[in-house]
Amino acid sequence: GKMAEPVKLIGTLASPFVHRAAAALRLKGVPYELILEDLQSKSELLLKHNPIHQKVPVVLHGDRAICESLVIMEYIDEAFDGPPLLPTDPYDRATARFWAQFLEQKCSRPFWLAMWLDAGEEQKGFVKEMKENLALLEGQLQGKKFFGGDSIGYLDVAACGSAHWIYAFEEVTGVSLMGENEFPALRRWGKEYTENESVKECLPARVQLVALFSAMKDKYKMITNGMLHQKKNN
Amino acid sequence: SVPASPKQRKDRIMAGEKKGLVLLDFWVSPFAQRCRIALAEKGLACESLEQELLGDKSDLLLGSNPVHKKVPVLLHDGRAVCESLVILEYIEDAFPGAAPRLLPADPHARAQARFWADYVDKRVYSCGTRLWKLKGEGRAAARAEMLETLRTLDAELGDRAFFGGEAFGFVDVALIPLTSWFYSYEKHGGFSVEEECPGLAEWARRCGERESVAKVLTPPEEVHDFICLLKKHYGVE
Repeated sequence: GKMAEPVKLIGTLASPFVHRAAAALRLKGVPYELILEDLQSKSELLLKHNPIHQKVPVVLHGDRAICESLVIMEYIDEAFDGPPLLPTDPYDRATARFWAQFLEQKCSRPFWLAMWLDAGEEQKGFVKEMKENLALLEGQLQGKKFFGGDSIGYLDVAACGSAHWIYAFEEVTGVSLMGENEFPALRRWGKEYTENESVKECLPARVQLVALFSAMKDKYKMITNGMLHQKKNN
Repeated sequence: SVPASPKQRKDRIMAGEKKGLVLLDFWVSPFAQRCRIALAEKGLACESLEQELLGDKSDLLLGSNPVHKKVPVLLHDGRAVCESLVILEYIEDAFPGAAPRLLPADPHARAQARFWADYVDKRVYSCGTRLWKLKGEGRAAARAEMLETLRTLDAELGDRAFFGGEAFGFVDVALIPLTSWFYSYEKHGGFSVEEECPGLAEWARRCGERESVAKVLTPPEEVHDFICLLKKHYGVE
């Protein structure tokens, strides 16, 4: 049957978006082959299966290609048996989807700008904005072990950036978002998340991420500061 | 903040206690229209509460959607669901007996639908906004991006009746309200959807024959007038 067809994940080791797909597969108990992609020189396989965005992750299930990490996670939940990633209650599902979208729409850009902009009023503004976003996420945890309750699920995986990647970025840039005593629930949740058996198997080590971001630091800063000035001129 | 007026307090209380469906709405919002079309297709009764967006937002809206402060918000027995595509999925999940289903049964087909609805969300409205807000190089870039987006959607549709295949579905609902904005985009960008993407233009007409769509969509000239109003509001020439 369909479930038995081979699964491949096209991705990189450092991407939190690829991690979302890998963690979802592992939590669901689905074996897969990881095909590493060089984003500086994209493969025919990637371009064939994700012509629109030309990005990782892409999941290949038999001859079917699925793109966009959140879409991939829902696909994995629906195509395979195993513990559910999304809650079963419709309202809880809507809540999980809402907060996953929040991460994309409200967090991606301010996070990047907070990290890489040259120090100044603008950069401070984005730090403030990101802290407000983190406070909202903190509020969603409300003393629960995971966003959905006792079990790890869709939103935890979607929010993996806040569990792990954020600390690597802070180390490289010196920009503090999580702080020492701020967001205790998020810190505790981050530990629970990164210590999960399935998650550990596909989580890049922090030292690896730090090394990668350090190497890219000058390039990221140049692009980011250039981006903002371009936007202003428009 | 300004204390709630008696009417606002009443609205909030009534919506909070109200059984059934209430949509926090705005007459020209293509995102709210997605929800109204889906509800109408499924024959689900829903009260529409028109919101003031350019002036002071109601306590009900701010309380129901504190994160984004935007419409649409679907209140179901007083509980708020925000973000139009999340609302569409919620309607599917919460009313499993309500036909027609907007998403197909097959997981890969569902993934395709979600992918393209996400593409529409990322590519159409914000690009369109840049088209009327910006001038010179900014507008030219937005025009090029809009044409690429429309051509991509046209190619994806192919010779099928709907993005959902033979049946009107999730992607069709996501995109159709935005077609009311095409007229203004055409005027600002100097292009014609009919000429560039005749298949997409034909699809829009086909969708427009559905009662749910015909009743909900804003006439394109009215959208254009609204955009001209927004331009004044933002001080754009």
